[in-house]
Amino acid sequence: MSTTVTERPSRTTLFDGLGRYIPIGVTVALLIVMYLGGIAAFPRFSSPQVIASLFIDNAALLIIAVGMTFVILSGGIDLSVGSMMAFSTMSIAALTVDLGVPAEVAVAAVLAFGTLSGLFTGAVIHYFNVQPFIATLAGLFLYRGLTLQLSDHDVSMRDIAFFDWGMLRMDFAGGQRDGGFSLPNISFIALAVVIVAFIVLHYTRFGRGVYAVGGSESSALLMGLPVARTKVGVYAVSGFCAALGGVVAAYYTKSANPLAGVGLELDAIAAVVIGGTILTGGTGFVLGTVAGVMVMGLLTTLIAFQGDLSSWWARIVVGVLLLAFILLQRFLSRSGEKRRT
Amino acid sequence: MSDAPIVQMTGITKDFTGVRALDGVDFTLRRGEIHAVMGENGAGKSTLIKVLTGVHDPDAGRILLDGEPVRFHSPGQAQAGGISTVYQEVNLTDNLSVAENLLAGREPRLGPFINFRAMRRKAKALLDEIGIDLNVAAPLSSYSIAMQQLVAIARAIDIDAKVLILDEPTSSLDRDEVAVLMRVMRSLAERGTAMVFISHFLDQVYEICDRMTVLRNGTLIGEWAVSELPESELIGHMLGREVQTLGALEHRAARHRPDDDVLVSARGLGRKGSVSPFDLDIRPGEVVGLAGLLGSGRTETARLIAGADRADSGALEFRGERLRGHNPRTASARGIGFCPENRKTEGLVGDLTVAENMILAMQAARGWARTVPPARRDALVAEFIEKLDIRPADPDLPVKNLSGGNQQKVLLARWMLIEPRLLILDEPTRGIDVGAKADIQRLVNELSEDGMAVLFISAELEEVTRLSDRIAVLRDRELIDILHQESDMTTDRIVETIVEKGGDK
Amino acid sequence: MNAYLKRLIWPLAVLVTLIVVNIAQTGFDFIVPSVHDGRLGGAFVNILRNSVPLLLIALGMTLVIATKGIDLSVGAVYAIGAAIACQWIIDRDQSAFGTILTAVILALLVAAVIGAWNGAMVAYFGVQPIVATLILMIAGRGIAQLITGGQIPSVSDSTPFVELGRGAIATIPVPIVIGVLVFAVLALLTRTTALGMLLEAVGGNPAASRLAGIRSKGITILAYLVCGFCAGLAGLIGAANLGSADANNGGLWIELDAILAVVIGGTALIGGRFFLLGTVIGVAIIETLNVTIINVGLSSQWQFTAKAIVVFVVAVLQSPEFRAWLLKPFRRPDGGEPAPEPADDKEALAK
Repeated sequence: MSTTVTERPSRTTLFDGLGRYIPIGVTVALLIVMYLGGIAAFPRFSSPQVIASLFIDNAALLIIAVGMTFVILSGGIDLSVGSMMAFSTMSIAALTVDLGVPAEVAVAAVLAFGTLSGLFTGAVIHYFNVQPFIATLAGLFLYRGLTLQLSDHDVSMRDIAFFDWGMLRMDFAGGQRDGGFSLPNISFIALAVVIVAFIVLHYTRFGRGVYAVGGSESSALLMGLPVARTKVGVYAVSGFCAALGGVVAAYYTKSANPLAGVGLELDAIAAVVIGGTILTGGTGFVLGTVAGVMVMGLLTTLIAFQGDLSSWWARIVVGVLLLAFILLQRFLSRSGEKRRT
Repeated sequence: MSDAPIVQMTGITKDFTGVRALDGVDFTLRRGEIHAVMGENGAGKSTLIKVLTGVHDPDAGRILLDGEPVRFHSPGQAQAGGISTVYQEVNLTDNLSVAENLLAGREPRLGPFINFRAMRRKAKALLDEIGIDLNVAAPLSSYSIAMQQLVAIARAIDIDAKVLILDEPTSSLDRDEVAVLMRVMRSLAERGTAMVFISHFLDQVYEICDRMTVLRNGTLIGEWAVSELPESELIGHMLGREVQTLGALEHRAARHRPDDDVLVSARGLGRKGSVSPFDLDIRPGEVVGLAGLLGSGRTETARLIAGADRADSGALEFRGERLRGHNPRTASARGIGFCPENRKTEGLVGDLTVAENMILAMQAARGWARTVPPARRDALVAEFIEKLDIRPADPDLPVKNLSGGNQQKVLLARWMLIEPRLLILDEPTRGIDVGAKADIQRLVNELSEDGMAVLFISAELEEVTRLSDRIAVLRDRELIDILHQESDMTTDRIVETIVEKGGDK
Repeated sequence: MNAYLKRLIWPLAVLVTLIVVNIAQTGFDFIVPSVHDGRLGGAFVNILRNSVPLLLIALGMTLVIATKGIDLSVGAVYAIGAAIACQWIIDRDQSAFGTILTAVILALLVAAVIGAWNGAMVAYFGVQPIVATLILMIAGRGIAQLITGGQIPSVSDSTPFVELGRGAIATIPVPIVIGVLVFAVLALLTRTTALGMLLEAVGGNPAASRLAGIRSKGITILAYLVCGFCAGLAGLIGAANLGSADANNGGLWIELDAILAVVIGGTALIGGRFFLLGTVIGVAIIETLNVTIINVGLSSQWQFTAKAIVVFVVAVLQSPEFRAWLLKPFRRPDGGEPAPEPADDKEALAK
């Protein structure tokens, strides 16, 4: 070939590529502003444990939001995660406390069930072309109902030694007393999930397939990608993460509450969107979701430090943030469309 | 170049719920040749391609690939068999990088993990091979549509394609980009890849192709070596010149009466990427035909005048008043009715009844609160069902249950109800039976007698010449001439115009 | 009319079956109304009375779904409506009629504005309906708590406001009167004016509607506005019935029940044709189902499970793919599937 055609991404189109990073950049900036604001306003806010606590109190939410990230990236939505989490915690309680099943077996069974039910939901969505919203709505009702049937009151798991492991802490930089911080094992579980999810999404065919399907399902199909496997897979991942969230909740509270995680699906979706993932799929990062969860956690922390402000401000602020991010995404995608035509 | 056929399709027939899309069509593709499939909308080009690529199962006929009988049931199977397709719409995911799009599903891996470095190297090599140099790590969306199209081709080639189908790949490319594509095609042909090329740009076809197969109305017209078929003959074959029995409908131009009033006047009206700026006047009682090949800008011209698309240059005047913010609603309020090309997706609301679809424009103009009185509505609907001979004559039937011709009549009735001053009809007679076709032609004639202006688009030149007072001829998204002499109202004259004016560009 | 009846026959059959099961379990008292203290009572009348908030929301939701949309924020709007009314009343003279009237008007006005906001997000900003209404679904309960200051404002039992939930007009419970009135108004509004047809056109084929000259933005906003208004009214009735407004739990999950009722009633989630009467039957099915579960001796926890099964069955039955899969074994092997029309393929590819 004698001549070669070259095209450099022009400046305006380069912006289009960078446009992907604008929402997450905004989130990180927001996080920094909130943190610095907290330090300026409250002396005790500068303790590293404030940040560490975000990963303790929100461990279950983080895991579930990571699962939700897979689903939303693929262009779907999963409303069943909150109920699934509660059902998992309650099942573990029922299996171990009432039936005396070894805790290891109970945990494994619950994780397997979460994955399988996700597979089933995904299959219904893909093969029967049922809207994800409706198919997972059935899950939302079903698992909540099953949870309530197992028990309509709190079940304590305090007597089972297995569940002590979760909150065993590891000290860093001398631990809390010496100005450092400490993290329990559940935080490490959550962080491990984030790392695995990051690797899967960015470095495996399945992960790249999730982005491709979210970008354009019909294109992915014509490119010969395994669309069915990918679409069913993301719901399995989300189901697994929801069940794991239930296990972490069991560690965290050592009890099972039948009404745990009501509305958690909304928090997870909000965290994903605030983390810069576009709800129509195809664009976003799992690390953005971590930032999203941190923003929501920090918001609650700030309100707790403030003392006068009431907890409902958190919801309102999350709503405002959602609005801002959705309009930002809308604006970015519109200007992108304009440039291309 | 060898003459050994790689694909042989014989007697391919395909019906879609009563409509015969392909009727015993033969098609032969030889190794290392570039073969054009030519025809207008509805000629059966895309159905033929879809049968070959496994999207449709043929009702009859057989396909030999490399001498072996094959039958594909999905595009994936066809791909595995060595038949790759590049579509007009870039079917890649632009949120991923160029390299990922090239190699998605076939990424080089280290264990379970994608080896991004090897992938970029491989992608680079692949693009080098066809002479393109891009930053393969950049997201596909940061490149022009043309580059994306070339990436799609690079991807298709890499899947060891024996046969590469290019379905209107050039419609969004500029001249230089087309040159790159053609160079790539030639080098592939030298390597023995057989290509099917579909394009409505005749000069491209003549430049690059070795042979062409012409289809019309689902039947095979013939196969020629490109050098043996002059452009004028090709256009004749594609558009057809058979005379249809349409009763006593005399040549319209014979009754042409000049009228000085101008109803609608376009000056320099145009839209980038869709149709170049053009001037056009339409007078009351006049039928203006738009003639040209598929993709010549016929539909785009009509949509600008109808307000369906926004013009980005020029001006449109309606009875001397310059229109600003022209859109379908204001157009309807001024009495401009538009029956779009695609009845199903842009014309009718399938779930609504015949009566509701008919009343829609009138009701929209009145707003929701001022309902058309039921008695008046029923009377109007009954009147037009009878007048247009819509069958079955049941106003409460969902319109999706009607045949194409009757659906078209419902759409016509929708606009006739508001007694428009200008009616724009984009291929109103395509894909409908002969009876309905004659009815619609007669109707256009009657309406214009009563003083209505009609802008009429048809792929069939016979129809345009018979109905029109004047004919605007388009080629390559440009209005190249307006024929108004009575002696000019012939298909030959139109074909000549297209060929001549195309040459001196 | 024929097609209309055909759509309603299945939901109606389910409802009748449920009623028969209840009669079998608890006798004819279930269906026969009784009169206590000058107002109608009895099991079935109570079901109807309790179902009115859901009915109002489901009716509004029907219009939104007809436009190819969905409104997730109705539960939150319910809570906001209840919160505004109760908070306004407890801060003022509880027995004054003027106070009550102002409270009601204020609550409905805010609810309608929220609805219009949702509609504007969808129509003008082009945000997907699920996403647009998700914002207020999340933030709305925070706003309701802000209004009540995190308390649960309880109005006095003597205020006329509670009559909205507990009172009776000519022995008929007020909520039922309101429910019937709203249904009648919406039915008249959509079926005697052209609003219904234009809604169906916009939801059925947005592109064709635009070319026909319909003001689809205005129509869309109107649908969301009505939906918000209905949700606010539902909140008022719920609050009046309880005598208090619980910002956290008032109307919890009612959006999901409402969507379910609409779908059971024969309106497809992809927009187009809508059936207000079908929605009424859908609501009656959901509420009767809840009571039936108790009456047949199952624990109330079964309500969720039963609802899940209903959602699943309805969703799957509406899926053409599922029906094709189900019928596959019965199809003649050489018959083949009906060929898809070329236009459909193009649409699929264009997507």
